[in-house]
Amino acid sequence: MNIAKLQPAHSQTLDVPSDIASLEAWFDQRFEEKLAEREAAKTPSLAIIATKGTMDMAYPPFILASTAAALGWDTSIFFTFYGLELLKKDLQLKVSPLGNPAMPMKMPFGPDWLQRINVPVPNLIASNLPGFENFATTMLEQTAKSKGVASIKELRDACIEVDVKLVACQMTVGLFNYDQDEFIPEIAEWVGASTYLAAAQKSSICLFI
Amino acid sequence: MEANQTLDARGLNCPLPILRTKKALNTLKSGDTLKMVSTDPGSLKDIAAFCKQTGNALLSSQQSGKDFEFFIRKV
Repeated sequence: MNIAKLQPAHSQTLDVPSDIASLEAWFDQRFEEKLAEREAAKTPSLAIIATKGTMDMAYPPFILASTAAALGWDTSIFFTFYGLELLKKDLQLKVSPLGNPAMPMKMPFGPDWLQRINVPVPNLIASNLPGFENFATTMLEQTAKSKGVASIKELRDACIEVDVKLVACQMTVGLFNYDQDEFIPEIAEWVGASTYLAAAQKSSICLFI
Repeated sequence: MEANQTLDARGLNCPLPILRTKKALNTLKSGDTLKMVSTDPGSLKDIAAFCKQTGNALLSSQQSGKDFEFFIRKV
């Protein structure tokens, strides 16, 4: 059926098709365009849940968050369980190859061929040799430094500078008998799971690290 | 190409070149040009992605020796 006759005369001046089939096609096209417009205008957001308190696992949340914020995204990190260690004023992060079988142990200095060698560390040594964790931590710190990779402290400062919202888990403080004074004052808020989930629900990307 | 400011990010690794670039752009006026030099091979793609996301114009990116040079015009 031709519906042109049913329309008021002035609608003919608009670029609207008159028969139903082309009207539907026109609507679908406009709808897609509007959706794409809306999608493009939306500020992306990233919500990270950081649950680990070792030096190696401190890198991903801070690197991703600082980069996302530099891209202009709304970014927040929720620190819970051991992740709260990353918000301590005095960072005491350690890393161990024990129970971390994919962690390469590399020399942070010396000639190139030496730095390439992966020194295998049996769990028997990693677990029993006193001070081994400190040694592995120093190795990673040195390697990061020599490769121009930022320290955790630097990355955390970068996150604060670009307005990454740092959110801390209230329950963990009680669980581990922490004192809120042990943590940096830049923490935006202390909340529980329901508050953070409500915020994370609207994010474009949500990561559990 | 002339730049209003030059940023030396050589020796720095991901994500520092991006973060320093962002910081340097913040100090510039709209339409100003920033020259950034890095040695991180990842920055070739990362700077392009950064510019695409933030709307700043990547005027050129090229490799000269071990260095990567970028000219970015602030949006």
